[in-house]
Amino acid sequence: MDVLTENWSLYGKGFLGTVELTVYASILALVLGFVMASFRVAPVGSLRVIGTVWVAVLRNTPLTLLFFAVLLGLPRFGLVLPFQVFAVLALGCYTSAFICEALRSGINTVPTGQGEAARSLGMSFGQTLGNVVLPQAFRSVIPPVGSTLIALAKNSAIAGAFSVTELLGTYKTLNELGYSIIWTFVWIAVGYLIITLAISALFNVLEKRWGVAR
Amino acid sequence: MAVDPLIELRDVNKYFGTLHVLQDINLTVGRGEVVVVIGPSGSGKSTLCRTINRLETIESGYIAIDGKPLPEEGKGLAELRAEVGMVFQSFNLFAHKTVLANVSLAQLKVRRRKKDEADQRSRELLERVGLASQADKFPAQLSGGQQQRVAIARALAMDPKALLFDEPTSALDPEMINEVLEVMQQLAREGMTMVVVTHEMGFARSAANRVVFMSDGRVIEDRTPEDFFTHPESDRAKDFLSKILKH
Repeated sequence: MDVLTENWSLYGKGFLGTVELTVYASILALVLGFVMASFRVAPVGSLRVIGTVWVAVLRNTPLTLLFFAVLLGLPRFGLVLPFQVFAVLALGCYTSAFICEALRSGINTVPTGQGEAARSLGMSFGQTLGNVVLPQAFRSVIPPVGSTLIALAKNSAIAGAFSVTELLGTYKTLNELGYSIIWTFVWIAVGYLIITLAISALFNVLEKRWGVAR
Repeated sequence: MAVDPLIELRDVNKYFGTLHVLQDINLTVGRGEVVVVIGPSGSGKSTLCRTINRLETIESGYIAIDGKPLPEEGKGLAELRAEVGMVFQSFNLFAHKTVLANVSLAQLKVRRRKKDEADQRSRELLERVGLASQADKFPAQLSGGQQQRVAIARALAMDPKALLFDEPTSALDPEMINEVLEVMQQLAREGMTMVVVTHEMGFARSAANRVVFMSDGRVIEDRTPEDFFTHPESDRAKDFLSKILKH
């Protein structure tokens, strides 16, 4: 118990670091995932190829390898950014591939007739997707997107290995200070639980709120 | 017959894989004309209907609406589709929007009308199909016949030059078929250009200017309903009619 009260600010910083990573990477993942899902169902062949390659590369690369590629690779090409930004980029891009596939499966649950009706009225691809298909797909993708973002929150722990301040990384300092390793990790786990349960709660609310649409 | 052609198909061919579903189709629909397409299942009549607004692409041939060849995918195609309304067998009303919003949506997004203006027009059209009181319901709360009438109102909201009907009554209970056919009869009387794929022979007899009989991807007969129903020329049409008119 002492380990928490005596190191409140250390835990606090780590916790906030993880929250920041999760929030920024989630936003990036949702935006990119949305764009890539649109690409994957677009009538233009080259866009579909971009979407498919994006998903294939990012979904099939181990996240740690992706961190190495971004944090050590990009500076070689002259792109130097704070490590936290690099971590958000790596996490966000990686997760966007999963978001993309969740959205696409949601799009596939909407009967093709809905899109055909919209197109037959003269609506463009973007209008059809934005006004007819995605609002209906939205409801069925809430649970898988929630799971993906929870996975993102936990994956953010990898950033700690690249000297980004986050929750798991606090164990190194605490360990050196001689605290019990078990209690150190218990409180770290509680920190992650707070974040992941908050995400679950948020998505439960979304599901209830939008559940009435149909 | 067709002095002023609105829809023109010339030598249209389409394949699904190796299946040759449309074979050298030639069809002209004049302005104000009502053409009913009938034929056995799998004869390609629905596909024919869907090629006219390019919901199905074709492998070869030429399709023109009001003298303009059907554009490729993109803005031009969207503009053309706005001019050609379509009514589907499965209604395809937007499930997440109210009846009123269903009719107004494309007016707002495609015709760029103001919301009040669009809603007012929608209410007029709903009144016309006898559903003014249902404006605030969701499609799932309506019967099939009511949904199909909303779908007709939605298509009319774009002020189309022509309407395509792809088996509009095939998914309906028998007692709901008439309410939809009455709306279609009224449109036909008002001079709307219509291509109707249907199994309703009564409608074909009473409302059509021409009947097109299709079988195995070909147009077999293209005549007035009077002629077709009393003196079918081809064996295929005789066989078809004997089967459906027997009972």
